Amino acid sequence: MKKTFALLLALTLAVALCLTGCGGDSDRVVNVCGWGENIDPDLISQFEQETGIRVNYQTAESNETMYALIKQGGTDYDVIVPSDYMIGQMIAEGMLAELDYSNIPNFSLIDSQYKNLSYDPENKYTVPYTWGTLGIIYNPTMVDGEITSWSALFDGQYAGQVGMIGNPRDAIGAALLYLGYSVNTTDEAQIRAAYQLIADAKANGVYQGFFMDQLYDKMEAGETAICTYYAGDFLTMHENNPDLCYVVPQEGSNWFVDAMCVLKGAEHKAEAEEWINFICRTESCLANMDYIWYASPNAEALEQYPAYYEEKNGEAMDPALYEVMAAPSGTLANCEAYENLPADTLSLYTDLWVELGIG
Amino acid sequence: MKNKRALFAVPYVGWLALFVLAPIMMVVLYAFTSTAGGFTLENFSRMGTYAVVFTRSFRLALIATLVCLLIGYPVAYMVSRESPRFQRVAMMLIMLPMWMNFLLRTYSWMSILENTGLLNRFFAAIGLFDLINALFGTQLEFFPMINTQGAVVLGMVYNYLPFMILPIYSVIEKMDGSLLEAARDLGADSLGVFRKVILPLSLPGVLSGVTMVFVPSVSTFAISKLLGGSNELLLGDLIEQQFVGSAYNPYLGSAIALVMMVVVVVCMAVMNRFGEGEEQAVML
Repeated sequence: MKKTFALLLALTLAVALCLTGCGGDSDRVVNVCGWGENIDPDLISQFEQETGIRVNYQTAESNETMYALIKQGGTDYDVIVPSDYMIGQMIAEGMLAELDYSNIPNFSLIDSQYKNLSYDPENKYTVPYTWGTLGIIYNPTMVDGEITSWSALFDGQYAGQVGMIGNPRDAIGAALLYLGYSVNTTDEAQIRAAYQLIADAKANGVYQGFFMDQLYDKMEAGETAICTYYAGDFLTMHENNPDLCYVVPQEGSNWFVDAMCVLKGAEHKAEAEEWINFICRTESCLANMDYIWYASPNAEALEQYPAYYEEKNGEAMDPALYEVMAAPSGTLANCEAYENLPADTLSLYTDLWVELGIG
Repeated sequence: MKNKRALFAVPYVGWLALFVLAPIMMVVLYAFTSTAGGFTLENFSRMGTYAVVFTRSFRLALIATLVCLLIGYPVAYMVSRESPRFQRVAMMLIMLPMWMNFLLRTYSWMSILENTGLLNRFFAAIGLFDLINALFGTQLEFFPMINTQGAVVLGMVYNYLPFMILPIYSVIEKMDGSLLEAARDLGADSLGVFRKVILPLSLPGVLSGVTMVFVPSVSTFAISKLLGGSNELLLGDLIEQQFVGSAYNPYLGSAIALVMMVVVVVCMAVMNRFGEGEEQAVML
């Protein structure tokens, strides 16, 4: 009996190994991992028709989830699309492969403003995909007056109306900005002060809760009056509830870049570069912008977008909305990108976040 | 002959080893591993910080289990007294919500309980708030229901109630009718029959029902996220954060999961002894 058991266990393991190991068909494939609702699905089928490469598009909920999925193994992503600070961390940990830019000629279409950023100073690993700002979204029918400051997220005046963002980097970042500190500070006292601001606001009943994508429903339905979220997502909410307003607070904010990278040891690097090149095309960028509402780093596409919108929808794009999507340089000058924080600071963020949940 | 029959169990044993035993072994291994890779007990030293989360999770799960028992037992009992046709329909209705995805069901409770949700709009439409405001001079516009502990318990009860009803029902339904007749012949009134015969005989069903509700309740994370607004961390949230959240520390996550498992197993063991031994003690 014992022997049979051992034999069977060995057999099961062997079968399991085979099932995972040998996907050995000769079709060309590329495995892409990005956020949910962060690509125009038509682009995928267009790429498949043009190149015969099958795209296996998977999604992750957040930068941290994506990182954890890759670290735990068992994923087979070739192309991933994380945000700036996470790219910095991945490069530092040697997780990304250097790209062969001669296979990505359309990289030249990317505005130089989005190249050689601090997370990839020599631009060896990344091709920017989208960019945008973090801001406050609010419903003027539910609050008095105009909101222009991060103080709205901590003000007892809005008790029970605020949906706080459910990730530590953005939540503590907003509090740091309100206090006039850098979002990349490593000063423990400053970070603790920011945390205290959030903890006090929570204790005073300012927050309904800590949300991420539930905010779409809650803002659109008028359940939540104020929240902080990303520019592109505001435009999606605005489509369903035109009352909503977006503001980059006067204290300044975070601006972010999501970029395409190839993982070290990726099985389909050539296909991955072909995919990245395809996505950088101006036509692809236009279609994608129209679908996901996030600004493209392709200068041509960004400039042509209002005309594209008009042609597609038969009406001119509201210039105010265009400005939300593609923040003008004046706004951007007041914004700071996230940088990869040292391990001590990251674990302080984590501990404070747990403390907030315990409280 | 005996050996041949044992062979049928082999696939199941293999399955169990691969998908139950191996993961548990990995959790144990991880729990005693440091981020650098060596042996450590440090993961457990941080457990004191999380005591609040442990007590909160166990308290909410316990409340949910009690509510499920209070609702589930009478339902199971009454259904089992009805005609077979009624029983079939009733069982199907009880199972029906489970044909839908758990997350979808929980998500819809969100839109029912919100301040501008279905329930509050219904109350407003029938003039309930006007009535209350007129009577008590309040300024009520809605009942705050979402993002509270109550909503979390409701979510647990709603999602796991079938797991309480089904085992109790199947035990009561299979009960030998002649036992009940005998009890009546011996002079027990209907309350006596219930207390002295039906209740003790249905205890195994109650025990497995309690286990099947309590265990998933204590480790849930989706419910507290959607209905509790992540305001108060539960054990499931805490563990999830360690594996796929910003914390990314599967070693600490495993340690928390291990402690939780041990506490749950101890609870279950105590309860089962309670159930198997002095049945009188449970009945009081």
